[in-house]
Amino acid sequence: MAENHPVGFQWVMEARERGATIIHVDPRFTRTSAVADIHVPIRPGTDIAWLGGLIRHVLEEEAYFKEYVLAFTNAPVIVREDFRDTEDLDGLFSGWNAQEGKYHVDSWQYEGAGTIPAAGHKHLPADAGAGADAPDKRPATLQERDETLRHPRCVFQILRRHFSRYTPEMVEQICGVPRALFAKVAETLIRNSRRERTAAFCYAVGWTHHSVGVQYIRTASILQLLLGNMGRPGGGIIALRGHASIQGSTDIPTLFNILPGYLPMPTTKHGGTLAKYIQGNRSPTGWWSEFPKYIVSLLRAWFGDAATKENDYLWGELPRLTGDHSHMTTVADMADGKVPGYFVMGENPAVGSPNAGLQRKGLRNAKWVVVRDLAMIETAEFWKSAPEVQAGEVRPEDIQTEVFFFPAAAHTEKEGTFTNTQRLLQWREKAEEPPGNARSELHFVFHLGRRLIEKARASGKERDLLLRSLVWDYPTQGKLQEPSAEAVLAEINGYTWPDRNPVPGYAELKDDGSTACGCWIYSGCFSGGVNQTARRKPGREQSWVAPEWGWAWPANRRVLYNRASADLEGKPWSERKRLVWWDAAKRRWTGEDVPDIIADRDPAYRAPPGVEGLASIGGNTAFLMQSDGLGWLYAPTGLIDGPLPTHYEPLESVVKNALYGQQCNPTRLEYRRRDNRYHGAYDDPAYPFVLTTFRLTEHHTAGGMSRWLWWLCELQPEMFVEISPELARLRGITHGGWATVSTARGAIEARALVTARLRPLQIQGKTVHTIGVPWHWGTVGRSTGASGNELLALVADPNVSIMESKALTAHILPGRCDRGRHPSTLGPTPSPLEPGDPRRDLPQVGTKRPMPTQEP
Amino acid sequence: MPVRGRLPTIAGVSTLIGRLESWPLLRQLRRSDPCAVGDTAATERTRGLRARIRDAGKPVRSVCPYCAVGCGQKVYVKEGKIADIEGDEDSPISRGRLCPKGAASFQLVTGDHRIRDVLYRPPGGTQWDVLPLEKAMDMVADRVWRTREETWEDTAPNGERVKRTLGLAHLGGATLDNEENYLLKKLYTALGVVQVENQARI
Repeated sequence: MAENHPVGFQWVMEARERGATIIHVDPRFTRTSAVADIHVPIRPGTDIAWLGGLIRHVLEEEAYFKEYVLAFTNAPVIVREDFRDTEDLDGLFSGWNAQEGKYHVDSWQYEGAGTIPAAGHKHLPADAGAGADAPDKRPATLQERDETLRHPRCVFQILRRHFSRYTPEMVEQICGVPRALFAKVAETLIRNSRRERTAAFCYAVGWTHHSVGVQYIRTASILQLLLGNMGRPGGGIIALRGHASIQGSTDIPTLFNILPGYLPMPTTKHGGTLAKYIQGNRSPTGWWSEFPKYIVSLLRAWFGDAATKENDYLWGELPRLTGDHSHMTTVADMADGKVPGYFVMGENPAVGSPNAGLQRKGLRNAKWVVVRDLAMIETAEFWKSAPEVQAGEVRPEDIQTEVFFFPAAAHTEKEGTFTNTQRLLQWREKAEEPPGNARSELHFVFHLGRRLIEKARASGKERDLLLRSLVWDYPTQGKLQEPSAEAVLAEINGYTWPDRNPVPGYAELKDDGSTACGCWIYSGCFSGGVNQTARRKPGREQSWVAPEWGWAWPANRRVLYNRASADLEGKPWSERKRLVWWDAAKRRWTGEDVPDIIADRDPAYRAPPGVEGLASIGGNTAFLMQSDGLGWLYAPTGLIDGPLPTHYEPLESVVKNALYGQQCNPTRLEYRRRDNRYHGAYDDPAYPFVLTTFRLTEHHTAGGMSRWLWWLCELQPEMFVEISPELARLRGITHGGWATVSTARGAIEARALVTARLRPLQIQGKTVHTIGVPWHWGTVGRSTGASGNELLALVADPNVSIMESKALTAHILPGRCDRGRHPSTLGPTPSPLEPGDPRRDLPQVGTKRPMPTQEP
Repeated sequence: MPVRGRLPTIAGVSTLIGRLESWPLLRQLRRSDPCAVGDTAATERTRGLRARIRDAGKPVRSVCPYCAVGCGQKVYVKEGKIADIEGDEDSPISRGRLCPKGAASFQLVTGDHRIRDVLYRPPGGTQWDVLPLEKAMDMVADRVWRTREETWEDTAPNGERVKRTLGLAHLGGATLDNEENYLLKKLYTALGVVQVENQARI
């Protein structure tokens, strides 16, 4: 955090000044470790075992916050009788279907009650048992419970059994963390949690870069719920994300599987009618019972008067998903010549995406590519300066891709909002015009859209109906004809239809077409016709919550689930840690923050059995987005790879899974192609070391915003790989000398940085070395060097299609690189595909895994 | 000034003292400031220096474009050009601080790496050509239209209605504004483009 979010880290340092204990868990010793009280070096890819060990410790020592757990979590809820745990099936849960290569999730459900994942089904489209409004299921709130937590099938007991073998000895064997250090962390964490104190988890998104990434975060959530650290000041789990508006681009997604506000993209499983889509995604209970209002208001915002109740607000015309359409699938298809047109805006996949060689193969096999950026990046110059072009394997004359480069406006040359990592929208004013023909993306997309809508009007074809209907009347300003970003923000906020009066917030949205709203969670950001995101009341003139600086979604609420900061009666668990509370005199919730509960809902209110809609939200509901209002220690639905986190080794590992026969996540997304080879499952002598990637303070992701700046290049001038003195001795590598790192995808060369910051760990009786690789460099810019992403593979977490880049296996040798021909330049991939390594999966898992892409 | 063979005049002595006074080391010693942390090291020249933001007027309020912490920035503009970018001490997030990258954002926006022209590389080409902006926009619109026509699917191979194209794809958004992402998703969805992705998945 000190390295990648230095200014955010000032608050950690301030907490430390006030007596907080800082624990840093990281394979490398960094500037964060230097100021932490405890540094825990850990083998990359083993965090579920580590956190699972802490969960077991908290349960076995009965150190959990019992009143909180009983009040707000699903610990007492009974699970179906046919559920089987990984303890029973050697690393698999019940419901594995070898023919389809995936889980059927029915048996994971609560006894007799049907839950729906918050925000509907984004990855489990209407699978049987996924909770989709099956008529024989009672609402999630009608679950069976055992308040004594003794029932063998209650979540609490299932959790205990699931983690029973995650002992300190096992943690030591898997993670390489000595037992004494484990005990010290466990004791510190428990001492600083529960009623009077809170502990926070901060993670950078490297935690998501695993084939079990989602379950990493789930493990931390379970621990934080058990310790009573969710929804309370100084608690929570804070994702430290890496781009100025990466949160915004998830909320208002340039992502394949969601519409704005986390509404699922329609899939072929949703059928042809809006009613069926709503039925499959709306939860009868909890806040997501409001789902129809959000989708109808979105369709109204997009298609205006053309969207009517009679034509289902044009929902049936929306494009449909049929599977995984992530960037990895797209690029693999592009490399096979199936995707002719590609837009890349403010991103540099030729350097920054996994298997960079395959990314460039994709670009070479597109018909046309449009790149928009500030500087001439590798993705625009793949035909000229890529490693395979420099090596003479590919000639520019043979690359038939048309490439357009449009210069982009910088953040100071346009107005608009970024959403930071804590969900805060901040408006930026414009300081000057962009240089030359540089323009904002707003300008580009608006004027491109204008041209395409004209073509659609001329065509009269049925397929162009949505384009013809699009509301695209944003006013433009100045000689550059820049569209008004405020007008777009006003549409995102929402207004009444057709008179366009701003709505004050999402509670005012309707499902009858009388309101339009571009993103329901952002509704309120333009409340009263005032741009709330531009508020700049100095922090020192406000409370510590600083509610008048910018605007946070939802409803300017700064801490989500903050109802959990008060007990069942609405009184803060602790005066030291008070945040919101029930004011009995005024009969309203109040406090420092905007309370995360219906403002006048009496804490004593309990929903009558079977009631639906907002009336189902009791005064004791701390997690009102959940269909049962509870914090989920156990996830009965919403996940593809299991209701509980389970330690699986990375796809490529140096050791066998010490806990289960099942080596890897059985549901991982694999791309089996010759240009995306994998190593052996474990113990592969060709690749005996662990490789992990990381970022540097002085550079930014794929370097597009940093490798051209001489101030930054002077601070961090050259690509390097970091290894321990022990590994350097073992391989005969000298500090400052050349080294070559290789994986099955390729090899790169870099100077070796030999430091004690990386240390060998003892794992299952053997010494495990780790190689650290920064991934900022590429072939153009002021500072050039090899890209770490040449080494990585396309392999991903099945829930969110995020690649595994933080734990793989590699080799390192002294000297410069004789890279040989790159697998991505060897021509068409032969069929059939190479089979996987059978040691990764139990025999009953089978070899059939749904492939995200099929080659010709 | 002391002159050889004559006693220094009172005026000469005081000038000498004045000169010695202007010697920073002596000033430091006399004022017990051996490390020159006070103003003893200042010279006429340094006293005459002014901050480059002095005539810039009220700063434009902005936000750092690098990571997701969202540090406040004050952008100073002088004669229509950015004179400097500093941390915003009013921000309850950053309290005026910027990290090495944020502090370098002045160079990010003003540096000579910024491209000013639309560039085009034809199939098999070995160099960039410059294109007028409007013409390039027309060319891109034509290519989007043609590719969409060529790759449109009303139904998937199994007969299900899909109304889309898998021939077009987009990557990028985490460095863009919410308003930009909103229009991108809106336009792509209306076009039937589903392969829309950004760094949030990377």
